[in-house]
Amino acid sequence: MLHDGLSLGAAGERPGRLWWMGVAAAFVALMVLPSFLNIFQQINLSVVFILALLALSMSFLWGYAGILSFGQTAFFGLGGYAFAVLALNFGETTFSLLAAILLAMLFAALFGYFMIYGRISDIYLSVMTLVITLIFEKAIKSTSGEWYVIGKVRLNGQNGIPTVPSLRVPWHPVKELGVDGVFYLSAGLLVLVYVGLRLLLTTPFGRVLVGIRENTRRIELLGYDSRRYKLAAFIICGGIAALAGVLYGVWGNFVGPDMFGLKRAAEVIVWVIVGGKSTLAGPIAGTAIVQILKTRLGSESVGEWLPLILGVVLMLVVLVFRDGLLAGFGGAIVWIYRHIRGSAA
Amino acid sequence: MTGAPMLQTLGLEKRFGGVHAIAGVDFALADGELRCLIGPNGAGKSTFFKMLTGQMQPSAGRIVFAGTDITRAPAHEIGRLGIGIKNQVPDVFDGLAVRENLWLAARRGNAIAATRQIVGELMARLQLADIAHRPVGELAHGQRQWVEIGMVLARQPKLVLLDEPSAGMSAEETNRTAALIREVNKTTTIIVVEHDMQFIRQIATKVTVFHQGQILVEDAFDRIMTNPTVRDVYLGRQASA
Repeated sequence: MLHDGLSLGAAGERPGRLWWMGVAAAFVALMVLPSFLNIFQQINLSVVFILALLALSMSFLWGYAGILSFGQTAFFGLGGYAFAVLALNFGETTFSLLAAILLAMLFAALFGYFMIYGRISDIYLSVMTLVITLIFEKAIKSTSGEWYVIGKVRLNGQNGIPTVPSLRVPWHPVKELGVDGVFYLSAGLLVLVYVGLRLLLTTPFGRVLVGIRENTRRIELLGYDSRRYKLAAFIICGGIAALAGVLYGVWGNFVGPDMFGLKRAAEVIVWVIVGGKSTLAGPIAGTAIVQILKTRLGSESVGEWLPLILGVVLMLVVLVFRDGLLAGFGGAIVWIYRHIRGSAA
Repeated sequence: MTGAPMLQTLGLEKRFGGVHAIAGVDFALADGELRCLIGPNGAGKSTFFKMLTGQMQPSAGRIVFAGTDITRAPAHEIGRLGIGIKNQVPDVFDGLAVRENLWLAARRGNAIAATRQIVGELMARLQLADIAHRPVGELAHGQRQWVEIGMVLARQPKLVLLDEPSAGMSAEETNRTAALIREVNKTTTIIVVEHDMQFIRQIATKVTVFHQGQILVEDAFDRIMTNPTVRDVYLGRQASA
C-alpha cells in the first residue's frame, strides 16, 4: 500500500521492497529527466533539490527527534560561506566542500552541546536556533568594509560573495560541473541523504531517537542518556543543512547573507509543514510544491500577492491536512481503497 | 539477606513552594523485600517514587541505593544502576508498537540477539504476543499497564517500583498482575504503591503507610489493617464503605 511505500510504517521496521522500488524508480527518473528539460527548467529543479535537502535536515530533527530547529539556515549559510571562502582561497573544491560541512558540524556540536546538555526547554531551543541564524545574518551584513577579509576573500556584507567557484570533478580537476552536472549532483545527493536518513531510522540509534520524540522521560528511565542522541541528531542535520548550503553556493555561484535570513528560515518551516514531517518524503514534496508554485506564480506576475497566496495555501494545508499533504494524500488513497473494497464486498 | 539495606533514604524532603510534599522520610528496604506503600491521596507516595528515580530532585536529604548515593543522579544513571519504575500514569511510547516499546527497553546495555530473546520471553510471559504490532496508544488502560510493566522487567532491574499497577484493570487482570508481582519478587526487590486493599492482601508482607509526607507507621499487613491510627487517616473511610 501507499502507506508502506512512503515508509509511514512503524519505527524500527526496515523499508519494504515497494519502497526500494520507488526509490530506484525516482532515481532513474531523475537521471534521465535532464534530457527532457531545457536549461532553465534544469536550474529551477536543481535548486528545489538543494532546498529539499535543507527541508530534510529540519524535518528529520522535528519529526523524528522532537527538536524544532528554526535555524537550520545557520548551518545552510555557514556551509555556503565556508565553502566560498575555502574554495576561493585554495582554488580547490572537493576538499573545500568536505571541510565546509565539517566546520558546520563542529559548530552544531558546540552550539548544540550548550543547548541540549544545558537542558533548556524545547521552546527555548527553538528560539535560540532562530536567534543564532539571525545573529549570523546581522554579522555577515555588517562586513561590507574592505577590511573584512578572510585570506584573500572579501566578505562584502549585504552584497554577498558573487564569485563562488563551481565544483570540479575530484578525479579530473580541470572539468567544472555545468548546469546538468549540478542537477545530477543535487538530485543524486538528495536521494542518497533521503535513503541514508530512512535507514538510520531502522538502526538502534534511530529507534531510540523516535523513542525520545515519543516520551523522553521514559527513555531516560530506561537508562538512555537522551542528550547524547539529540546532540548526535543535531550534528548530523547540521551537516545536511551545510551540504545544502554548499550546493546552493555552487548552484548560483553566489552566497549572500539572505541564506541566514528570517525569510529563508520561515520558508523551511513552510515546506516542512506543507509536506508533513511524519514522513521523510513529505518535506521533499513540500519543498517542490511550494517552490514550483512560487516560480509559477512569479512568472504569472501576481507580484505582491505572492506571499498572500502562499499564506492561504499554508493555512489550508494546516487546517485540512494536519499531517501535511503527502500523508494526507496517502491517507485519502488508503481510505478510497478501503471504501471501494468495502462496497464491492 | 545482608545487613545493609538495598535502598535507604535519610531525612528525605521535597518542598513545592511552602508545601512539604515529603517531610523528612527515613525509609529502609532490605534486599528481596516486597513492600507496599499506602496512604491517602497527596500523602507523597508518587513524589517519593519520582525522587527515587531521578524524575525529581529532593530539596534535602539523601538517597542511597546498593551502597551508591543517587540523591542527585540523573534519571538515566539511576535506570542503569538497576531501578525500574512504572509511573502512575502509563508512561509508554504511545505511537510505537508493543514490540518496539519492549525492544527499546531491552536494548539498552544488551546486544541485538540478547535483546530479541528478552523481548520474545516477555511477550510470552505477559501474553502480549497477539497485540505485538498494535500501537500502545490504541490499547486499553490495563493493557498499557502491562506493556509498561513489561518494559520495566525488560531492564532486568534490581529494584522495581510500581505506582498503582492494578489501576484500570479488570478483576482477572488484577489477579494476574498480583501473581506476576509475586513471581518477579522471587528474584527482585519490589515496592508497590496501591489503593486496592484486595490487591495488597494478595501480595503484601510488609506495609508502609504514608501520611502528609511522612511515614506514619510500618508493619505487617494484618496489623496495619487493625491499627487504629491508620484507620483514622486512611482506612476508616474504606472500612465503613
